[in-house]
Amino acid sequence: MMFKHAKLLLLAALGLSLLASFGADRINPYVLFIVYDIGINIILAVSLNLINGYTGQFSLGHAGFMAVGAYTAASVTNQFGTLNPAVSGAVFFGALLAGGLLAAMAGLLVGLPTLRLKGDYLAIVTLGFGEIIRVVFQNLDRVGGARGYSVMHGYTDLFWTFGLVAVTVYVVTSLVNSTYGRGFIAVRDDEVAAEAMGINTTKYKVTAFVVGAFFAGIAGGLYAHSKQFITPNGFNFMESIAIVVMVVLGGMGNTPGVMLAVILLTILPEVLRPVAEYRMVIYSLLLIVLMLTRPQGLFVWRRKIPEAVP
Amino acid sequence: MTEFLQQLINGLALGSILALIALGYTMVYGILRFINFAHGDIFMLGAFAGFYLAPKIATLLPTPSIWAGLAVLGISMVICAVIGVTIERLAYRPLRRSPKLAVLITAIGVSLFLEYTGQLVFGAAPKKFPDLIPVYPLTHFGGLSINSNQVLVLGVTLLLLLALRFITLKTRIGTAMRALSFNPEAAALMGINTDVVISFTFALGSALAAAAGILYAISYPAIDPLMGILPGLKAFVAAVLGGIGNLPGAALGGIIIGVTETLVSGYISSTYRDAIAFGVLILILLIKPSGLLGKKEIEKV
Repeated sequence: MMFKHAKLLLLAALGLSLLASFGADRINPYVLFIVYDIGINIILAVSLNLINGYTGQFSLGHAGFMAVGAYTAASVTNQFGTLNPAVSGAVFFGALLAGGLLAAMAGLLVGLPTLRLKGDYLAIVTLGFGEIIRVVFQNLDRVGGARGYSVMHGYTDLFWTFGLVAVTVYVVTSLVNSTYGRGFIAVRDDEVAAEAMGINTTKYKVTAFVVGAFFAGIAGGLYAHSKQFITPNGFNFMESIAIVVMVVLGGMGNTPGVMLAVILLTILPEVLRPVAEYRMVIYSLLLIVLMLTRPQGLFVWRRKIPEAVP
Repeated sequence: MTEFLQQLINGLALGSILALIALGYTMVYGILRFINFAHGDIFMLGAFAGFYLAPKIATLLPTPSIWAGLAVLGISMVICAVIGVTIERLAYRPLRRSPKLAVLITAIGVSLFLEYTGQLVFGAAPKKFPDLIPVYPLTHFGGLSINSNQVLVLGVTLLLLLALRFITLKTRIGTAMRALSFNPEAAALMGINTDVVISFTFALGSALAAAAGILYAISYPAIDPLMGILPGLKAFVAAVLGGIGNLPGAALGGIIIGVTETLVSGYISSTYRDAIAFGVLILILLIKPSGLLGKKEIEKV
């Protein structure tokens, strides 16, 4: 397996993130923000891949959990106001964690009743929950409602982005490659057979959902402190779909492929900026052509991925 | 009481438009088992076809008149049927044997393509839909304010539903459609040309979406290239609510969503309007996971 030395790789990545953060001043801010976007999207896509790719539960509500994390983390750091740099790191970490935990709780609340639905029904219900979360934020005046919410401090930097990407990838891959994680793949490959083998399929599905939602919340916190301004509309179902597109294009249940697809799909719109008005037309055409030519995912060569939606 | 009846009628008008879109989703799902995400954008194209046709028709027929309205409706339906068949031929047919998700992502790509090409070609700013059909207020039912448009929307929807029912139940191609939705392999073995039937299904669904687009534009005359997203989503919710793959279910689901949405925004809060459709859906699916009229699928090992 590629992730045999996972712990070493994780430490290396964390060290690298610390090193990179010292050089951040010398990087063009425009490039820096694209790097943040890539990092945030990797966390979103890799965590959604745990639900969609490895466990085979088609969720279309990831942006909703991201919104919970973003709003929670933002209101925590806003509550603390301006801090000296020594404690701001700890507060930011706490805020991200709070966002992740609240998103995980939302994931549990959504997952418990809905995960007995299958395939397209599950997809539309998760989409519905995502939209309901968005409408609730639209009506929450405490965080600005539809007008949006300003985040006082842009705490997101290379260290946090890199570090949290490393942690997410580490947790998801080692979870899937553990003995426990075989359960996720069993549920995806054949739910009836898995159940017959004594696997508590509901437990596995809910676990995948909660862990995925947790990391989506973390990504939301990073997003809020990178953009410093969030609106409920930034978390609508098109955002969820954008994450699903990254997962499918990378290859379901293929973490390195998904990461490559995220980098490609995040940079692509930026590269197309000179042809502004044709940008999205080219993007959508490319999406169609890529799917027509490589329906199994861009970066899948070795094995055939079984159908996730029965 | 008058207000309640008023909201009910408004809801029925909106619901019947949603029902027309939902039928397209459910027909395609019944046969190909995939969510045609681009269907909401066909609805948008229907409205824009009407927008560009209306001035042309005005040179031939006196507008606003019922005949001009029907001519625009008919031609837009034909245009969208052709577009629907073309999309199926180019984007979905090559993926007939691929994983479902690949087709779904392709459908999302088609949807984005139609929306953004629409913004390039038609312009992103909302346009005013021309007055195609004369509107008469029909206020002599108590204090209700009903206009001829609402009656027209309900009437046209009812006619189209009856036509669809006739096609699916009484014609050869309708029988083939039903056969295909039961078992595609067996239908093909019985000599049914599946490609033709699938194309016909897309044509039928797209024509209904175009009709919905025109009816919607007559009732809410500001049209823009992104207008299909929310009605499309709600119509899909309606299709799932009624039991996806089931034609009467889609019509029922559309009416339920339209009426509840109007009632809730009238009596409780209009800011929660967009969440209502999903709330109703989640409630019903938790009680009956296969939708209101859907058949429970038995899992075989």
